Amino acid sequence: MADGGFIREVAHRIFAAEFKDANLQAREGSDQYSPQYLLTPTGAKCNRVFIVGTLTEKEDMGTESEFWRGRIVDPTGAFFVTAGQYQPEAAQVLARTTPPEFIAVIGKPNTYTTKEGNVMTSIRAESLQIVDAATRDRWVVDTAKHTMARLEKLKGNEPDAVKAREHYSTNVENYRAMVAQALESVRAQ
Amino acid sequence: MNEIATKIEARFSELGVKVQPSEIETRLDQLINKYKVPPEEARRNVINYFLKQHNIPKTEFFAQRETPVVKVTDIKENEKWVTLRGKVIQLWESTHESVSQVGLLGDESGTIKFTKWTKANLPQVEEGKSYLFKNVITSEWQGQFSIKLNKTSAIEPLKEDIEVGSTPVEHRGAIVDIQSGSGLIKRCPECNRALVKGACGEHGKVEGIYDLRVKAVMDDGDKVQDILLNREVTEALIGITIQKAKEMATEALDQSVVLDLIKSKLVGRYFIVSGKRLDRFILVDTISQDIKPIDEDIKRLLATAASPVAQEA
Repeated sequence: MADGGFIREVAHRIFAAEFKDANLQAREGSDQYSPQYLLTPTGAKCNRVFIVGTLTEKEDMGTESEFWRGRIVDPTGAFFVTAGQYQPEAAQVLARTTPPEFIAVIGKPNTYTTKEGNVMTSIRAESLQIVDAATRDRWVVDTAKHTMARLEKLKGNEPDAVKAREHYSTNVENYRAMVAQALESVRAQ
Repeated sequence: MNEIATKIEARFSELGVKVQPSEIETRLDQLINKYKVPPEEARRNVINYFLKQHNIPKTEFFAQRETPVVKVTDIKENEKWVTLRGKVIQLWESTHESVSQVGLLGDESGTIKFTKWTKANLPQVEEGKSYLFKNVITSEWQGQFSIKLNKTSAIEPLKEDIEVGSTPVEHRGAIVDIQSGSGLIKRCPECNRALVKGACGEHGKVEGIYDLRVKAVMDDGDKVQDILLNREVTEALIGITIQKAKEMATEALDQSVVLDLIKSKLVGRYFIVSGKRLDRFILVDTISQDIKPIDEDIKRLLATAASPVAQEA
């Protein structure tokens, strides 16, 4: 609810290739309830993301209770999405969906550091629903638009842009190519 | 530090007072460098010192000369000085002696609460009359905005009659959440309020009347917007009548089946809504899935994505 000055976090649009490259997680504020953010290479500071793609694989990784993990593919790569006992609605939808299927996910970004020191990103689903091809195409265009806007801002002096540049030494051309590739894939034949 | 000094000097000279820049700098230097006072605090201290010296009232110094004229719906930030053209719609009873008048005023775009402090010493306003509210300050409480009229504000009566309305707005984005209190709900027969666990906040345990509604969150990637769909809009969008919804709930012995159906049809999809703004909501008159062709957008975006050099130049 919007009581007490609480503002809901915007759901950022990120392509899989960029999301995979992200590894800078930071908490704003110092107590355990302050929100955690994942800063991506193009400078999106996300506490929530919105993605649409094709569910290609799913697996129940849980031992005692269900813990679902799904692989959701967009034109640039794949996202890992998880839903466990604390996301019962999302877990249920994932459990009864047979891949391949178009899926929309709203969730929280998560990172996990492997023994080798690599940072893996995943999304903990808040909501997960089956959608249609038109929604998926619209998401690709929407995400392209937002990514281009962030690349433009990356030249500027906003704190998130500066931080992203410093941490990732972002190769703007690569991400531009990623956007172009994603757009080509949804272009009318 | 130099910058602070120059600004202070400039402001004082606007008020027709000559202050020696060297004196400002000496004072700032002493506070900031010797006594380790933060620059903002030092600035304040120095200003206050000279105000006292020259006998200038604080309000005169801090008053802004020209504040932007805004519409009610443009007020989205706390503590901004603005000027409004509006009509007094309603005056409420002041609950405290420090408040001389309180009520609701509106313009073409919407309505907002105003508070006029007794200390402000401003003329009384009348219901139904239009005024220019000059140099008022915005204030936010729990996500709602109001304006306050204080000593530096001014009220000028207007000859024209401002038509109060709220123009319908259009909004696009993806629905990212359906909030609790959506779906098949019961309302109090007395006051129409939504019941919580079969009880009304005002009238206690009552026999509720069924209603169907959706409270959803729309998100365009830049900001979030709460939307409210009433029964008619919900029925048309989901494709079930309230009668059918009741049957579904009875059959499943669970009202949440209706909510699940709503979620499966809305969450994660793009929509265009239009309707009037009320507080943080848009009361939706029309809603449709966003099926605007995307080819144009693709072409335009591809053009910028593919020609980085031209962009840079």
